[in-house]
Amino acid sequence: MTTPVLQRDPSVSVGATPLLSVRDLKKYFPIKRGVFGRVSGQVRAVDGVSFDVAEGETLALVGESGCGKSTTGRAILRLIEPTSGTVHYAGTDVLALGAGPLRALRRKMQIVFQDPFSSLNPRMSIGAIVREGLTIHGLAEGRAADARVKQLLEEVGLRPEYASRYPHEFSGGQRQRVGIARALSVEPRFIVCDEPVSALDVSVQAQVVNLLQDLQRDRGLAYLFIAHDLSVVEHIADRVAVMYLGHIVETAPVSALYGEPIMPYTQALLSAVPAPDPGVKRERILLAGDVPSPANPPTGCVFHPRCQHPARDASCAVIVPPLEEKRPGHWAACIKQPPSQVSWDAQRAAGGTKPPEFFLPRAALHRGAAPAPRPSDLTSS
Amino acid sequence: MTAPLLELENLRTYFYTDTGIARSVDGVSFHVGAGETLGVVGESGCGKSVTALSILRLVRAPGRIEAASAIRFEGKDLLTLGEREMQNVRGNRIAMVFQEPMTALNPVFTVGDQIAEVARIHAGMSRRDAWQKAIEMLRLVGIPAPEQRASEYPHQLSGGMRQRVVIAMALVMNPALIIADEPTTALDVTIQAQILELMADLTRRLGTSILLITHDLGVVAENCTRVVVMYAGEVVEESTTAELFAHAHHPYTEGLLGAMPRVGGTSERLATIPGTVPPPTAWPDGCRFRDRCPYAWERCATEHPPLYQIGAGHISRCHLAVEPERRAHPHLPLAAQRGASAA
Repeated sequence: MTTPVLQRDPSVSVGATPLLSVRDLKKYFPIKRGVFGRVSGQVRAVDGVSFDVAEGETLALVGESGCGKSTTGRAILRLIEPTSGTVHYAGTDVLALGAGPLRALRRKMQIVFQDPFSSLNPRMSIGAIVREGLTIHGLAEGRAADARVKQLLEEVGLRPEYASRYPHEFSGGQRQRVGIARALSVEPRFIVCDEPVSALDVSVQAQVVNLLQDLQRDRGLAYLFIAHDLSVVEHIADRVAVMYLGHIVETAPVSALYGEPIMPYTQALLSAVPAPDPGVKRERILLAGDVPSPANPPTGCVFHPRCQHPARDASCAVIVPPLEEKRPGHWAACIKQPPSQVSWDAQRAAGGTKPPEFFLPRAALHRGAAPAPRPSDLTSS
Repeated sequence: MTAPLLELENLRTYFYTDTGIARSVDGVSFHVGAGETLGVVGESGCGKSVTALSILRLVRAPGRIEAASAIRFEGKDLLTLGEREMQNVRGNRIAMVFQEPMTALNPVFTVGDQIAEVARIHAGMSRRDAWQKAIEMLRLVGIPAPEQRASEYPHQLSGGMRQRVVIAMALVMNPALIIADEPTTALDVTIQAQILELMADLTRRLGTSILLITHDLGVVAENCTRVVVMYAGEVVEESTTAELFAHAHHPYTEGLLGAMPRVGGTSERLATIPGTVPPPTAWPDGCRFRDRCPYAWERCATEHPPLYQIGAGHISRCHLAVEPERRAHPHLPLAAQRGASAA
């Protein structure tokens, strides 16, 4: 399978030096069979992903379960080793680092996990959890470390005297704050947020989203925000990359992506979000069937078996669509959405019968719907 | 007006634990009409799932449904029925769809066997008829190639398919009411859309009532005619869906709506509800929401608010109903003054 390597940043403004640069990242997991563990196949969890994250920005990676978004986040930090590709952080080749330099680099690249219940050691006090990074990286000791821990807890909205308490004494939202304090302790510039609010209730989710935004503003953090909840993503992200079966199928600034989704999968995904406005009866693009197995992905465009594009034809099962710039800063992988570098002649040669034609179903549009009156923002956290 | 299909009156389900009495459901009353989809929303710990289990009398020790609670369904009080009659109600007249389809299905039997079992036990069908019934149900819920799928095991199906199987099981006896407890929470958004569409279609075709328990107000907006909002073991607001979204009265409902980011919404800062839900072993006196409420005043600390009538079919458990001028003077809630995350 040929996945195009982007020659320049997808949708980062020209001239900006990206903080993180990922090119053609792949992670295949072997499928083992029998007593001897013979490798009988590959699960292509991440299959050639490229993107950049600029200093201080939030790039959201969205998609449904099994699309490879979490694997991508972990492969960047080398919590799992990628199969191939490159990851550069501020010019450093992350994948080439030995254990020592990698550990040093982890100071700059941190992660906040989804599940606040399993990501904190139940036998360590909150203070010890937050302090561990300070000790490992030799940032502070003794009283200075104590003071720093208290300061960090305050910064994430926890009371400093909680340092001596244990994780089970806290609610989900509070634990997620501890996880954030732990990530912040080593003063990173880049944080992978892996579904940080998915396990939280709506009201608490809003507290944590606001906290992440405040910290970003105060410290100039860059986030790779991995999520499946499109409404949270629209709220927090600057740019969005949509993943499907291990591929990035569309990437654009948040307003462009939500305003005019180009890739038919993104259109369906957006239309499936329940609208909290009972007055608005929205049409919906119902996708047939389920996501195919990444062990045996469809040929050509990975989305073609479920695609609702009126011009879908036999060529979609043959031609791997390149991720190409359809509008300034707006990249999508679909040969049927013009303009495309895959010419109509080339599509015909691959069995194509329907010429490309721009398609944007009403159901995929959200901007048209008048927002419901919002209760005034009276409370603050 | 005819009697509603299901009517809860002052339902109280308490759990007698080592750390005290958890009053998880504490005087809940609402009804579900025939052919209606009622939404019950609230956050974790508000008592919505225990309410569902109580209706089917599936609450286990140390939990107990307290005296003076009543659950009337099709003219009978379910709490006075014998265990045998109750079993007749479960599955035959009221069916349940759980959140996690993998745990609701038995991994060692084929899905066809599991659906057929319902038909054999509840309708006394023969093996052969029951198997045919299973295939028919799988077709009804939109599973392709039902003849083959019936012979497969749960692990061979995707999450969305499994939830369809669970719904098929629930529908075998053509129940009058389906209780769906977070039926789409474990599913991806495109699959959620499929399942909700399926459920809406089934109510249209079969006239089944649905009690839809969820934390997702978007799901409520699109699927329910009426909504009950629960907080701390109580109903705090009830109204038609349109009315609730347009004119939420209770500060908790208002907070929930404000805290919810929405696709197509503005990217202003999200409103939050400071603090967290108190533990069910220690509900606060007076109004249970007052620590987190931006309007709370002295009365809220001393007087437990009753359900006030706000409009036609709209009730709210908030003293603002009688002192509406207080709404003009919001302040920082107590929980926020103590630090947003006070335990």
